Amino acid sequence: MPAGDGSLCRVTEFMRYIQRRGHWAVLSAVVLLLAACGEGAWNDPYPHSEATQNIYYSSFSLRPKHLDPARSYSSNEIVFTGQIYEPPLQYHYLRRPYALIPLAARAVPQPWFEDAQGNRLPADAPEEQIAHSVYEVQIQPGIRYQPHPAFARDADGRPLYASLTADELEKIDTLGDFAQSGSRELVAADYVYQIKRLAHPRLHSPIYGLMAEYIVGLRDYAKTLNEALDKQGNGHLDLTRYDLSGVELVDRYTYRIRVKGLYPQFIYWLAMPFFAPVPPEVDAFYAQPGLQAKNITLDWYPVGTGPYMLTINDPNRKMVMERNPNFRGEAYPSEGEPGDQAAGLLKDAGRPMPFIDKAVYSLEKEGIPAWNKFLQGYYDASGIGSDSFDQAVQISGQGEATLTDAMREKGIQLVTGVATSIYYMGFNMTDPVVGGNSERARKLRRAISIAVDYEEFISIFQNGRGIPAQGPLPPGIFGYVEGRDGINPYVYDWVDGKPRRKPVSEAKRLLAEAGYPDGRDAQTGKPLLIHLDTTGGGPDDKARMDWMRKQFAKIDLQLVIRATDYNRFQEKMRKGTAQLFQWGWNADYPDPENFFFLLYGPNAKVGKNGENAANYENPEFDRLFQRMKNLPNGPQRLAVINEMVDIVRRDAPWVWGMNPKQFSLFHDWYHNVKPNFMANNTLKYRRLDPELRARLRAEWNRPVVWPLALVATVLVLGLLPAFLMYRRKLHARGIARGKN
Amino acid sequence: MLAYIVRRSLYAIPILIGVNLLTFWLFFVVNSPDDMARMQLGMKHVTPEAIERWKADHGYDKPLLYNEKAEGTGKFTDTIFFDKSVRLFVFDFGTADDGRDIGYDIRQRMWPSLALAIPVFLIGLLVNITFALLMAFFRATYVDYAGVVLCVILMSISALFYIIGGQYLVSKLMHLVPISGYDGGLSAFKFLILPVVIGIISGIGAGSRWYRTIFLEEVNKDYVRTARAKGLPERVVLFRHVLKNAMIPILTGVVVTIPMLFMGSLITESFFGIPGLGSYTIDAIRAQDFGIVRAMVFLGSVLYILGLLLTDLSYTLVDPRVRLS
Repeated sequence: MPAGDGSLCRVTEFMRYIQRRGHWAVLSAVVLLLAACGEGAWNDPYPHSEATQNIYYSSFSLRPKHLDPARSYSSNEIVFTGQIYEPPLQYHYLRRPYALIPLAARAVPQPWFEDAQGNRLPADAPEEQIAHSVYEVQIQPGIRYQPHPAFARDADGRPLYASLTADELEKIDTLGDFAQSGSRELVAADYVYQIKRLAHPRLHSPIYGLMAEYIVGLRDYAKTLNEALDKQGNGHLDLTRYDLSGVELVDRYTYRIRVKGLYPQFIYWLAMPFFAPVPPEVDAFYAQPGLQAKNITLDWYPVGTGPYMLTINDPNRKMVMERNPNFRGEAYPSEGEPGDQAAGLLKDAGRPMPFIDKAVYSLEKEGIPAWNKFLQGYYDASGIGSDSFDQAVQISGQGEATLTDAMREKGIQLVTGVATSIYYMGFNMTDPVVGGNSERARKLRRAISIAVDYEEFISIFQNGRGIPAQGPLPPGIFGYVEGRDGINPYVYDWVDGKPRRKPVSEAKRLLAEAGYPDGRDAQTGKPLLIHLDTTGGGPDDKARMDWMRKQFAKIDLQLVIRATDYNRFQEKMRKGTAQLFQWGWNADYPDPENFFFLLYGPNAKVGKNGENAANYENPEFDRLFQRMKNLPNGPQRLAVINEMVDIVRRDAPWVWGMNPKQFSLFHDWYHNVKPNFMANNTLKYRRLDPELRARLRAEWNRPVVWPLALVATVLVLGLLPAFLMYRRKLHARGIARGKN
Repeated sequence: MLAYIVRRSLYAIPILIGVNLLTFWLFFVVNSPDDMARMQLGMKHVTPEAIERWKADHGYDKPLLYNEKAEGTGKFTDTIFFDKSVRLFVFDFGTADDGRDIGYDIRQRMWPSLALAIPVFLIGLLVNITFALLMAFFRATYVDYAGVVLCVILMSISALFYIIGGQYLVSKLMHLVPISGYDGGLSAFKFLILPVVIGIISGIGAGSRWYRTIFLEEVNKDYVRTARAKGLPERVVLFRHVLKNAMIPILTGVVVTIPMLFMGSLITESFFGIPGLGSYTIDAIRAQDFGIVRAMVFLGSVLYILGLLLTDLSYTLVDPRVRLS
């Protein structure tokens, strides 16, 4: 019997009673209430008919701004675009270290090299001879797009909705209002078209600036489009009329991208939705006048070949993706890391994906309702906020995170993984006090690096969710070294088989050698003030800032915190007026280049507008960076990386901070969960047991109605004396009543 | 009366220009067009060239308020302020920074806001007036004292506590309604019960105390004594005479809020996942989307002015002595 049936029977009896008594207004209210509550658990936010369906339920807190693959770059957007669009490549779901495998492509392309005259060079040609790297991508034939009105054709094969009239537009509010839809095969030209879109002046692709540095002719192409737009004015610009010299269509299923020089990291970009296909007719369809005013745009209604298609896009309430009926099918991986078999991650090996029919994402702006709905079984998986951490996780004496009994009783499971990210505290290397390459400044920076105890920070403020960083590379990135060889010897000692932070006395010694004994300038006798610029200034950040002051006070330094908003903070970073700052970086791709470039001299923030916020510049490091970035992963590259890490550890332009650890919870009915910080298209691997979910939801959410009766009784008892007094007053004599 | 309405409407124009100017100034004190561009383009790999292109495309490449390079009136009209403000007066809100049509979004999102605000307003008004009349009826008795104490307690509790406490008790422990969410049509009912009840309860304290004060002022007047002397029952005295005469101060506070119901409730909508205009404004402020912030402030100002006008008009309905001229 479903939960709540007994209560429903009682309510039905009550309805009959009031019907006999003729209280129709009350009856109407009760009917409305019942209609709203439905048949399932009363607190079920979803329709009862969905209870046993193969639907994944999740939430989002921030509405996606862009779903156009040329524009979308945020993690909350890629949750959707990753499942809909298919770039040529993807990351293996289970294998580590992260490995690229084909998605829409037949194989992972291996570039060949050309000299300035266009002659093909051998694979081991010296770097200075290489003018271009050419990536030839062959896509699989037979891949089809999701159903979409842009592909709909009439009997003569002409597009049905290519020129919508005002009358037709009047009947359309959403994409679902188009009566017909169609599909077609994916072709290489769609990939070429999308690369051209990256240069479209009106699209403002966030990677245009970067790609214009590498893809041959992209910058000139943007200029051509700009001129064309100036001539044409508003309206759709047909990019098929303009050729992009660096991208060549070879045949129906093959295209080539010509990249300037050697840029081995380019291959990783081919796994991002920026390089997913966009059919020109879809672009033209959305460009029709009138559709934008109804918010029907490619930015809102993506069109792809992936396992899912977006069927409801109401980011104010919910977003729904359903299985793409035209998806070609893809087999679940048959191999992974050691331990994946035991963890049950290979049970579905070889089975066609996706396993889930539909995914419903509801808007949850606040963490508390989202967490409670997860506990009630209405979300299949959840992160852990700091408010609910103690309820969910306990840290053992050995520092191991385990679930609390309450979570285990519910069958909830925990997966953790160190993210390919780093949160660090940087020194502005242009600052006269903490910056520069002098031994004095190095010692000052190393003293601060020892004093700021990130183990304590992680324990207090991160609930143990992180590991102290030993250098710029996080775990999971080639070049990261674990154990004794991997520690930063300027900050840690290896004691009893684990790293131990050097004592404060060592930091004080370094500080004295730097010319600041007891935190005072040895020459002037004035106390040394260090200024930390941060974006956190609210009451929630007070404890964190107090803790930071305490860390500096340990070595008698005074820390002045200059809290500001993010805009002003960025401005200070661009101008180089900060002294010490906190920042972070999430990997775009799993290559050490993506972290080392944050310390590469020509990439400095000041004057060069790069991502090197510390404005660190070391000629030897820069030389090694140039060498490392073009080497394949292997012993030679590792040796260069180790050398680079040694240099930056010695120079200490950052207090290395921490690599955050991600904790995720999921219910017993949700399978094939393995953290993958690079892959965006993970929904297709997941599997559900909807029957188990329906049973547990009903069990966990039985309505408890007796408190309502209790409240009603208290109210009646409280009002009874008042009612009696009212009756007494009403029947009292006039004189007595007048006394009031 | 028509002349009065026209005159008041004309007074509104300089007020709206002033509000618009103030919004513009406050927004651009903390956000420069460059900041807006960076926010829209993402934080990684943003080039100065991309920022300039974004600004040019979105009309933020002009001076803010005064264009020295322009000629004649162009010094004032060829500016961001003029470009972005003048269309508002014909209720053309333009597009948000992400390209979405703001007018369309407002039309979509006002219904969930109204679905929450109207029941809270109407039922809340009824409950507050009833409770206040009850306290006035039992004035100087234990019911009155207990009622006042209860009101003070209710007033002292933060709105956030009502919401979180309500969600915890009713949804998490008793499993009676969903904790949060929203749906269209009849299905919206189960999502709205809890926020509406919480909205009503959280407003009882302040509302009832205010109305009680008004009623107590009235019950001591001569016409009430006369009514009682005529032998009218206390119920009739209160509901037919006192309530009617207390309407002017009640209307002053109530009618002005009616148009503002469109604007939604910031905290309630956020915690209950109701996709109304309250959360729309908050999201826009967080995203530094000047288009939406400007449109919502303008709309709020128009509705507030409309509310004040309606208040004046309503006086003539409840008190025949009032004449608008």
